Amino acid sequence: MREGRLWRETSFDLGAKIWQVNWLYVALLCALAGVGYAALFSAAGGADEPYAARHVLRFATGLVLMIGIALVDIRFLARLAWPSYLVSLVLLVLVMRYGHVGKGAQRWLDIGGLQLQPSELMKIALVLALASWFHRASWERIGNPLFLIPPVIAVLVPVALIVKEPNLGTAVITAILGVAMLFAAGVRWWKFILLALPVPFAARLAYNHLHDYQRARIDTFLHPESDPLGAGYNIIQSKIALGSGGMWGKGFLQGTQGHLDFLPEKQTDFIFTMIGEEFGFAGGVAVMALLGLIVLGGMAIALRCRHQFGRLVAFGIAMNFFLYVFVNIAMVMGAIPVGGVPLPLVSHGGSAMITVMIGFGVLMSVHVHRDIEFGEVRAGL
Amino acid sequence: MARPGSSTPWRSDTPRTGVFTRRALLLMGGQVALLGGLAARLYQVQVIEGGRYATLAEENRISARLIAPPRGRMLDRFGTVVAGNRLNWRALLIAEQTTDATTTLDTFGRIVPLADYERARIERELRRHRRFIPIMVREFLTWEEMAAIEVNAPDLPGVLVDVGTTRMYPYGEQLAHVVGYVAPPAEADVADDPDLALPGIRVGRAGLEKDRDLDLRGTAGAVQLEVNALGRVIRELDRQEGTQGEELGLTLDTGLQQAVLHRLGDESASAVVLDCRNGEVLAMGTNPSFDPSLFNSGVSQAQWMEWSRDKRTPLLNRAIAGVYAPGSTFKMAVAMAALEARSITPGDVVYCPGYLDLGDARFHCWRKDGHGTLDLRGGIKNSCDVYFYETAKRVGIDRIAAMAHRLGLGTELEIDLPGQRPGFMPTRAWRIGHGHPWNLGDTVVSGIGQGYIQVTPLQLAVYAARVATGRKVEPHLTRKLGGVLQPGSKPTDWPSLGLSERSLHVVRDGMWAVVNEAGGTAPVARLPDPRWQMAGKTGSSQVRRVSREQREQGNFDSSKLPWQFRPHALFVCYAPYDSPRYALSVVVEHGNAGAAAAAPIARDIMIDVLQRDPAGHDELPGAQVAQREVTR
Repeated sequence: MREGRLWRETSFDLGAKIWQVNWLYVALLCALAGVGYAALFSAAGGADEPYAARHVLRFATGLVLMIGIALVDIRFLARLAWPSYLVSLVLLVLVMRYGHVGKGAQRWLDIGGLQLQPSELMKIALVLALASWFHRASWERIGNPLFLIPPVIAVLVPVALIVKEPNLGTAVITAILGVAMLFAAGVRWWKFILLALPVPFAARLAYNHLHDYQRARIDTFLHPESDPLGAGYNIIQSKIALGSGGMWGKGFLQGTQGHLDFLPEKQTDFIFTMIGEEFGFAGGVAVMALLGLIVLGGMAIALRCRHQFGRLVAFGIAMNFFLYVFVNIAMVMGAIPVGGVPLPLVSHGGSAMITVMIGFGVLMSVHVHRDIEFGEVRAGL
Repeated sequence: MARPGSSTPWRSDTPRTGVFTRRALLLMGGQVALLGGLAARLYQVQVIEGGRYATLAEENRISARLIAPPRGRMLDRFGTVVAGNRLNWRALLIAEQTTDATTTLDTFGRIVPLADYERARIERELRRHRRFIPIMVREFLTWEEMAAIEVNAPDLPGVLVDVGTTRMYPYGEQLAHVVGYVAPPAEADVADDPDLALPGIRVGRAGLEKDRDLDLRGTAGAVQLEVNALGRVIRELDRQEGTQGEELGLTLDTGLQQAVLHRLGDESASAVVLDCRNGEVLAMGTNPSFDPSLFNSGVSQAQWMEWSRDKRTPLLNRAIAGVYAPGSTFKMAVAMAALEARSITPGDVVYCPGYLDLGDARFHCWRKDGHGTLDLRGGIKNSCDVYFYETAKRVGIDRIAAMAHRLGLGTELEIDLPGQRPGFMPTRAWRIGHGHPWNLGDTVVSGIGQGYIQVTPLQLAVYAARVATGRKVEPHLTRKLGGVLQPGSKPTDWPSLGLSERSLHVVRDGMWAVVNEAGGTAPVARLPDPRWQMAGKTGSSQVRRVSREQREQGNFDSSKLPWQFRPHALFVCYAPYDSPRYALSVVVEHGNAGAAAAAPIARDIMIDVLQRDPAGHDELPGAQVAQREVTR
């Protein structure tokens, strides 16, 4: 009986841990990666090269990494929270100075051939850091505004750095993620209402300071038909491809818009459009249901966990995944401005895959160590 | 409140945990709602608006292009192709399939030499087009060149050979003036007719190609291509071939045409052979000529200069646009006018002393010593100028002009060729209309086909045919269109001229005497085979007035004049005499004398015509098929 289970006193052995891994959840992730393989196979015109084979290879690597992290004691991960936050911050600063310039933004660091996107690492580190901060905080302490100053700064600094890259989409996701973490940690309602009040003004101010291409994205979101061959092209072509898929789609490898290159970035940002064109509304909803199950499964792990650190970490990672999914799918349907956000585990792209799998590894570690005795977090190694 | 380091049971977290659970469940509800919203949006885009987007998607990917239809062929009367469509093998270069287009072109140039201007054009087009668009490197490849390209294919990445069609004229120069030629349409024409915007289309610019352009053109086909976002063709979805233009069956006999041209040799000359019963043009030779295929891809500046500088005007179709004074060949028209007007009777005699004095002007007969007393038959036979001076004087210029028009001279004919010139037939009214009096001397000169009169070789052939048949035959080159025999191919299609058979008989008899009777002006034209007899008439038309001094020196010899001042030599005839079937006119520019220069040519051509007897066969006789195979 669950009620009867007590804290596990200390650590338990590796064999027992492997049994504790939520293999059903792993199966869901594999299924999603399978969808990604099929979509990338189609995006290459029905070939493993250049996307699909590498996708599988990366997922396999990520899976091993994930299981490895899942077996690491969650208390050890908690001690790594702030150091990893600081490392991510340093990487974010480095990317400003030495990063690769892609599509007008400095987003990648090349470390020994591995392309690293520090903003992705930062989101996991931020989740860990905030969870660590709120782990021991009592309900009363959370009510104290002074106690909230360090975590708010911890959110704002990386957000500011990511905005500067510039990568507005990720910055907004990071900010929302931070707010959601504070909310889940128990920060009082009225503080969020107070925070929400100046948002329209801030948005106006921010709009004026945006880069031209960012402003163009928002403008074309509001009026996509104003410039059909220019900035509005992506959204219009994506909607055409999706819409032409209809209820049941054109069939696997039969999508015309994607294969004829009318659809831009079909292997990365617009992979969902490709799926929608070939498998129709039915296929699109099925993939969305799979994504939803992964999100809710993560949330369930959070709810099931018996220590606050694990709850917050699992919540943060599930939330991060949801934000990714929502922004990407809403973007390809023209529901929100386009902003370089891939569909996790489906889109082609190496560094995103690894960081997402690291996140799921941490999530799985929470699940494996859900009942473990967890006291004070001691920062440092 | 838990202290650091102590182990705390999870139940002590209850207030926080409860808040977390509630808020997490709230956010999960929010996540489900947002995903549901996305699903609803997806339903709207894919299912509700799906039809509209599906249309847009098709518009995206399908590009319809028109394809030029194959142009209708032209066949001669026996089915020999005189204008067809030839496969045009072209070498194309696709820049994206080669690492270095320059190197590939260098290699290509070693196999099939490319001129500097070709290289410049190719490189210009390479710069101008996207890298996947094929650039034409060289067209009209020969088999040897193609083989060389294929063998060297590994060294020529990006080079491919494809095939299109181009107009082909198997008889080239020999039929250039009749068949004409095609060329790319002018930009002004394209604006008026959208059909002409088709890639690779050609329009007729001369000859039958021009006259029958709409029949030959056909209707355009369409091809539906799947294109990608860059416009590159991925595959062909649907193809509707255009319908080829109508096939044009001509009246010509190419074998005869070749024989005619061969006989004309290097002279600036032309000869027209008609089926004199129905006006079918069996041969229309004109020299010099040009290569009609040169126009296919546009004529070079240098070639134009060469043609326009050439005094022998190779682009001029002499048969219909060369105008000459008819000279003595006109005398039958004068005789017919006089007979029909009853100004003379066949028996009326005129004494020829070698000249006719009119006031203080003296008009000479070609025979200085005169012909003595002649009747009409003798006048024609001897081509006596004085006889026709006198006859013209009696009948008057206006009746001569009317008769000339009736017989097809100095007037536009219904020939289906563009660019014919009407020639000219003067009348009293015309002269007075220009503010000059008409003098009797003008009438007298007109009586021997000189002065203002101008006719074409085609008119002369029609003239011979009309005299021979008494019918108003019109010349034409189209025999069948789309396999259907066209009107005008039967002798009865043409109305009678309304001339009395008696008058016609006298004139024909005179023409017979010219060739067949001792003392006629053209015994040289007598046919060797006694079964066939030819009736004809010589003519020499001065291009320059003979001065009195030259004549009085007594040893005037026009053949010693510079070429361009020598008289033209003409001959009209028809055969067989008793049942006329073929009419023929020969004009040799500056040939000096009709009897010497034109009559022998006419005789040889007529022998050939009668042997071939093209009008007597619907199919080619076996022996001639074999012969034609050899000549081709």
